[in-house]
Amino acid sequence: MITCEQASIICDKVQYGEASLWERVQLWYHLIGCRNCSQYSIKNEKLTTLCQLAKLNGFSRLEKQELKQQLKKSI
Amino acid sequence: MDVHQLDPDKWVDEYADYLYHYAAGRVNDDTIAKDLVQETFLAGLKSAKNYKGTASERTWLIAILKRKVVDYYRKINSRKGSAEVRMTYQDSTDFEGDWLEEQVADPESLRENSEVENEELGMAIQDCISKLPEKQSVVFTMKTIKGISTEEICKELGINASNLWVLIHRARTALMQCLNENWFNK
Repeated sequence: MITCEQASIICDKVQYGEASLWERVQLWYHLIGCRNCSQYSIKNEKLTTLCQLAKLNGFSRLEKQELKQQLKKSI
Repeated sequence: MDVHQLDPDKWVDEYADYLYHYAAGRVNDDTIAKDLVQETFLAGLKSAKNYKGTASERTWLIAILKRKVVDYYRKINSRKGSAEVRMTYQDSTDFEGDWLEEQVADPESLRENSEVENEELGMAIQDCISKLPEKQSVVFTMKTIKGISTEEICKELGINASNLWVLIHRARTALMQCLNENWFNK
């Protein structure tokens, strides 16, 4: 049986499609008996849905660095 | 009343994505939205001496960005000569007098409302992301928004996969709490 800490990490991996089949089985088994992790799992899925709905986008790290340099020059 | 101070060194990290989301929802072009954010920061620096501190830094920057968006549309309209308004008029006399009502937004249409809501949601999420500790914010953005693979992120940031998942977990937990306070219970 996995711990709550391990379960929450696997739950996060599931959101990115990066949990193995064995990890998903362990998580599923853990969620049956753990109310806290079940609630975390529901909220986590909700967060994923919200991020998809919002169509998040933005500046890349490189673009931010360039922007910072440009602002520094202007100060 | 609190008097706010400007801190231009933190503008890019704290507001760039937030402002981008606002601009992208209005100009529908990624590059133009980024240019407008850049112009906003530069204009903010120029007029920093006029900042009285009554509004928050973010509200002040959004006000500048709003003007930049208006200027952008003025510029492209003057390039075309004038703004184009397309209306379809019906020839039939049965429809006489209906043309004005045709231009009124359909109150039953949910599409516009949901688009506005998604844009506000995006800004709320960006705002919450900007409040995360830097490393969590960087890892979450790379993984969730940019969709970069775990391996690449680890290589670029010099961390291992376990560290990455711990950072992702902390970021997601903080975001859930932040959104609960600022989005669901606002």
